[in-house]
Amino acid sequence: MYQAIVFLPLLGSILAALISLAGAHARHPGGSPAAAHDHAAASAQDRLASPQGGPQPHSQIQLGVTFAQLITTGLLFIAMILSWIGLAAVGFGHDERVSLTTWFASGDLQVAWALRVDTLTAVMLVVVTTISAFVHLYSIGYMEEDPHQPRFFSYLSLFTFAMLMLVTADNLVQLFFGWEGVGLMSYLLIGFWYHKPEANAAAIKAFIVNRVGDFGFSLGIFAVFVMTGSVAFDTVFAQAPALTGKTIHFLAWDADALTVICLLLFMGAMGKSAQFLLHTWLPDAMEGPTPVSALIHAATMVTAGVFMVARLSPLFELAPSAQTFVTFIGATTALFAATVGLVQNDIKRIVAYSTCSQLGYMFVAMGVGAYSVGMFHLFTHAFFKALLFLGSGSVITAMHHEQDIRHMGGLKDRIPFTYAVMVIGTLALTGFPLTAGYYSKDAIIEAAYAGMNPMAIYALLCTIGAAALTAFYSWRLIFKTFHGTPHDRHHFEAARESPIVMLVPLAVLAAGSLLAGYPFKELFAGHGVGEFFRQSLRFAPGNHVLDDMEQVPYLIGVLPTLMMALGFAVAWQFYIRRPALPVELARQHNTLYKFLLNKWYFDELYDVFLVRPAIWLGRLLWKGGDGWLIDGFGPDGVSARVLDVTRNVVRLQTGYLYHYAFAMLIGVAALITWFMLAGGMH
Amino acid sequence: MTIGLGHYLTVAAIVFTIGIIGIFLNRKNVIIIMMSIELILLAVNINLVAFSHFLNDLVGQVYALVVLTVAAAEAAIGLAILVVYFRNRGSIAVEDINLMKG
Amino acid sequence: MIVPALFFYLFAGVCIASAVMVVASRNPVHSVLYLILAFVNAAGLFVMLGAEFLAMILIVVYVGAVAVLFLFVVMMLDVDFAELQQGALQYLPFGVIVGGIFLVELLLVVGTWALGPDASQAIASPIPPLANVTNTEALGRVLYTRYVYFFQASGMVLLVAMVGAIVLTLRHKPKVKRQNVADQIARTKATAIEIVKVRSGQGLS
Repeated sequence: MYQAIVFLPLLGSILAALISLAGAHARHPGGSPAAAHDHAAASAQDRLASPQGGPQPHSQIQLGVTFAQLITTGLLFIAMILSWIGLAAVGFGHDERVSLTTWFASGDLQVAWALRVDTLTAVMLVVVTTISAFVHLYSIGYMEEDPHQPRFFSYLSLFTFAMLMLVTADNLVQLFFGWEGVGLMSYLLIGFWYHKPEANAAAIKAFIVNRVGDFGFSLGIFAVFVMTGSVAFDTVFAQAPALTGKTIHFLAWDADALTVICLLLFMGAMGKSAQFLLHTWLPDAMEGPTPVSALIHAATMVTAGVFMVARLSPLFELAPSAQTFVTFIGATTALFAATVGLVQNDIKRIVAYSTCSQLGYMFVAMGVGAYSVGMFHLFTHAFFKALLFLGSGSVITAMHHEQDIRHMGGLKDRIPFTYAVMVIGTLALTGFPLTAGYYSKDAIIEAAYAGMNPMAIYALLCTIGAAALTAFYSWRLIFKTFHGTPHDRHHFEAARESPIVMLVPLAVLAAGSLLAGYPFKELFAGHGVGEFFRQSLRFAPGNHVLDDMEQVPYLIGVLPTLMMALGFAVAWQFYIRRPALPVELARQHNTLYKFLLNKWYFDELYDVFLVRPAIWLGRLLWKGGDGWLIDGFGPDGVSARVLDVTRNVVRLQTGYLYHYAFAMLIGVAALITWFMLAGGMH
Repeated sequence: MTIGLGHYLTVAAIVFTIGIIGIFLNRKNVIIIMMSIELILLAVNINLVAFSHFLNDLVGQVYALVVLTVAAAEAAIGLAILVVYFRNRGSIAVEDINLMKG
Repeated sequence: MIVPALFFYLFAGVCIASAVMVVASRNPVHSVLYLILAFVNAAGLFVMLGAEFLAMILIVVYVGAVAVLFLFVVMMLDVDFAELQQGALQYLPFGVIVGGIFLVELLLVVGTWALGPDASQAIASPIPPLANVTNTEALGRVLYTRYVYFFQASGMVLLVAMVGAIVLTLRHKPKVKRQNVADQIARTKATAIEIVKVRSGQGLS
């Protein structure tokens, strides 16, 4: 069954890819599209001349498109159903392990393909397949006018496959395979509309920033192999306690082995989950289609980092310094992303920064040792964040691809269903009581309070502050988009509700945002954690955060709700009662406003300190190293020297007989001298 | 004092060197070059005959005879070429003969 | 003992001096004459070495044929007095140096050679004592028997040289009448005779 869950999306992807290739071939039978441009006139003639051959390819293409859509979506739904069954089977039953085949065995390094299905995995399987299935369904409607749909669906399914490989990995290398796979698919999907230069740039930026994280991740894997001699999780976890106190000789000093390993592995998580310092790619990734943002940059790929930390909890529990660092980064990200999200004007970017901030929350939970709480927030966040993204997509479609909220307004009567689901999503995000987000978010804040981490208090303050800011910007989005007077009459008049195929996923996700909290509360953040997660999450003997969470003061318990109400009230004041106030405030504190609008100038900072030196170094090595040194002393240099030498040698052929005779004489003299000196005279 | 083999060889060496210097030092005309070649061959002949006398071997003289023959033939052909060249070019100044320039 | 040495130095000195003058003389006719002088003195040296046949042959062939040939050509080409041109001075030091190196090496060889101990066994054709045969007869005894191949070969060389010289320099003057026997014999009635009807009193026009 678990093989089916993992490999059905792959099958769908391959089929859709074949359809895509066939479609491309039908559109450009001569070969490359560039060639087709030359044949455009000729083919137009052909189409006029042969009515038989004209419409046929087109309808064939349309048939292929529909087939691709249905196949991939259908297979994903099957996988989703199987994964919900699996969650019940594993969560309340026992773990599974499905061994597939050996990947490679090179000396001491033995790497196999195997599916490890414990509760942690099962939870992730549910998240990934559910969100992916509904995003596939949604895309049938959203990408309706796009000419390259089979390719899109193929990419979506392939991404899902990679993510599933990641979560079912039984060893670090297989996890890295899935890790890289989702990175690749993210690149392909962000740059889906590859004719747009901004999309290309965003895709490359995402890939490169991820690469930086992957570099740390690879080093971490190497360190694990060096210290334990294996990369399989069972072996590594069994040997982990024996590694405490051991040191790795790193560069010039001896560092605690487990701390180094965990820090390096966390570097990968920082890149993949867009944490502080490696976050710059996430907002730019909004260049991709909205379903992509919903699937990858809300629910699945960015949560891979969180999953990885949870999966490696046996290692992290033994490295308190690393945990402190994780908490610090998570808390900083939560606050930082929330501050930037306050002033953004692109609807998708607001939601993107919100994602970034919520991921910070999850890492806070991971850092203080409450792994299941972090997973709980991952679980619920997937629902309402995907809902928010897909809802934004619905708004964008209604406004005919307008994404700036300053040009929207008053839409709540034109697209009421979308308005309703967006409000539900926002309630869940801000932690309104009884929504899913309320349970998970409050659990994190309580865990931060109860945590014994040196950074726990800092984390508590950051998360509470971020809660207020989250509420503010979320409601700002709703008010500016749906309330007030429309700023663009033309688009406003044309706004229509989205087709049913897009509304069904919205409804399901809205239901999830409301219902995914209470039933699972005990399993993730209460007393049922031990029986539910069993060995998949390791809690150190001194880690009783989950128990301490129960005893937090009443004030801490209601503080998030208070923050939410505060944020709501301020947003109401700013955007409903007195809309001129925020404009005035921005004008008066222009520097601060610009600072936040430009994302704390991180992009500019990185450009000056990293990108420009890298380009300079590249140019130096290219022009200087390759051009001057290697080519100059190699082929070009040799050929130039040969030319020089021959040019000078030619001057010896003067045509004068006595010059030639002279040359002969010199030769003879030299020869005789050599013979006399070397031959030995007696 | 007794004139030994060395004396004769020295004479031959000096004449040889003069012939060689004559080949590339002259700027006047090509006939001087040919005469220098004759000097070189003469020096070789002196060498051969000197050895023949002091080693009591007749081979040296036979060899010198053959050299003489070849020298005569070579002088004849060389002068014939020179004459034809002069007919075509009108000058035998050494500096003007650079048709072989590469 | 002193007389042979004196003659030797006389012949050697004049030979070297005239060799120098061959190269250095401005008048090409003078150069040829100096060449002749060098040959004659070399012949004298040959006589002192007991090779009188070769000495006479030197006079007959070298002086009588080759040097005269040089003289003919010099005079025919009407080469004028030559000025010492600029280029010579530029090359003089270098040329003298290289020539000097050559000379030094040759003299080194001369000064330090030593005859191998068993060289006397390697003598190919021992010279018979002078009382028994003359140099000429001794040469003849060897030349037509043991070295007949070289003799014939040098004959071929001379033949080739003669043919070559004629081929190179022969040219037909356009206005000189000459017979081509092959054409004469190959005449036919058609090419030789032409019948023309002549009217009386008109003549051939």
